[in-house]
Amino acid sequence: MANAPLLELRDVHVHYGVIEAVRGINLTVNEGEVVTLIGGNGAGKTTTLRAISMVHGPSHGQILFRGEDITTLQSHKVVQKGIIQVPEGRHIFPNMSVAENLEMGAFQRTVARKQLDQELDHIFGLFPRLKERRKQMGGTLSGGEQQMLAIGRALMAKPVILMLDEPSMGLAPQVVELVFEVIAQVNADGVPILLIEQNAQMALQAAKRGYVIETGEIVLEDEARSLLGNDRVRKAYLGEE
Amino acid sequence: MDCNTGLLGPTFVQGLLLGFIYALIALGYTMVYGVLKLINFAHDAVFMIGGVAAFYVIGQWFGLTDPFTGVGLILVLVAVLVIGGLASSGGAVLLERAAYRPLRKRHAARLSYLISAIGASFFATYLFQQSFLLGPGKRSFPHVMTTEKAFEIFGSRVNNKGVLIIVTVIVCLVLLDRLINQTKTGRSIRALSEDVVAAQLMGVNVTRVIVMTFAIGGFFGGIASALYSLQFGNVVWNMGFIPGVKAFTAAVLGGIGNIRGAMLGGLLLGLIENMSVVCLGNQWSDVVAFVVLPLMLILRPTGILGERIGG
Repeated sequence: MANAPLLELRDVHVHYGVIEAVRGINLTVNEGEVVTLIGGNGAGKTTTLRAISMVHGPSHGQILFRGEDITTLQSHKVVQKGIIQVPEGRHIFPNMSVAENLEMGAFQRTVARKQLDQELDHIFGLFPRLKERRKQMGGTLSGGEQQMLAIGRALMAKPVILMLDEPSMGLAPQVVELVFEVIAQVNADGVPILLIEQNAQMALQAAKRGYVIETGEIVLEDEARSLLGNDRVRKAYLGEE
Repeated sequence: MDCNTGLLGPTFVQGLLLGFIYALIALGYTMVYGVLKLINFAHDAVFMIGGVAAFYVIGQWFGLTDPFTGVGLILVLVAVLVIGGLASSGGAVLLERAAYRPLRKRHAARLSYLISAIGASFFATYLFQQSFLLGPGKRSFPHVMTTEKAFEIFGSRVNNKGVLIIVTVIVCLVLLDRLINQTKTGRSIRALSEDVVAAQLMGVNVTRVIVMTFAIGGFFGGIASALYSLQFGNVVWNMGFIPGVKAFTAAVLGGIGNIRGAMLGGLLLGLIENMSVVCLGNQWSDVVAFVVLPLMLILRPTGILGERIGG
């Protein structure tokens, strides 16, 4: 299916017990794009990403990757397809060193030691701070360093699509800037990105297209530039009167 | 309280040997806790299966009940240990499949696992009590090894079975440490112990890792069981109960979820309970062992080394 989008969500519903957190979402990400999904707390953003990674799969609907239904797969099979996620809250392995955390990123690939070292050097090039802390335990890093590590670890998986869940949350402005620079660079290397953010301003500036999610439903979808000018978005997410 | 200092040497040796065995069993508790965050209360039954399997295969099927010497002895001992390990390992995998996985699939509450584990333990234990298996009494373990003095330390004798225990357990502990810290399986076990979601997002096959963890923990439990049966010379349907509770205590003592903690906790518990005999008399040894547990929980709830699985 040459014309199929890279990633497509068709009428995806997700339940936690009897609670329906996501109610029939449709969303696509095409080759090369940065797409953002913005929305407030509890709108269903994280739930959507966890469904795509099959950590907590959909109760109804389909998720297609290159036209193939992946909702029947287990989470490790989804990762093997190159659908890689940087989770909310970073989820660094606290008792593994920075280097070990990065190597966990390459867990599902078979890589020779020499190449692995080259790839580690590439990550250290993006985030020099991580190189300094190479042997330090993940749990002892600052929030910003952990976010760099989480992104570096995801890049070690050689993503076909990279999904980031609130990468700017709780970070100092300089670190947020660095994170968005790296995201732009990764995208420039040809990796499409699905970016989830509460920081709508930065996300919409970085993205080509955007979706707005409220209480589990997509309420708006447009070019990112148009969303930046949209009254509803400006009021609800950009803090403007 | 009068202390019999003459007992210091022998109780030290005995405590050390029992401690090594506890350590090996405690690994199973601590590893499963690491990946599932629950105590596998059926590990006592898993332990029992190892010694019983060696009893059946070596004693009943092959009829090897006379002492061996030299190379023959080494071969038969290796066979006893491997059979014990494999049988318990198989038992543990079966247990995961029957008692735990169905609950995991249905996202059951924590308490359900506990009840399921205790049920499975009773089932397996009382199954072996039936007359078509072991029956209600003690059965003597094949006498493949005579007891001979090997050397003396602190004025007390260590026999060849003691040497076997020490060597086997140290080899097992070194192997496990290597496995956990240097292999891909080990890394996936550590990852799952530290953060389930992150492990999944790295492509770790959760079900496979859980099965591997049960298999590895069961294997070491089975080796411990074979050593225990050789040392005490018999097997019995409820032989897992006391060592199981002690090893569980040891695992908590060292820090549940922590592999090195389980080793340390096992040794300490073995020494504490046996050496208490010096001053208190041997009817007190179990009391002392189980006083250690609440004391630890009050003073340092995460155990001596805290909760973490890797090195």
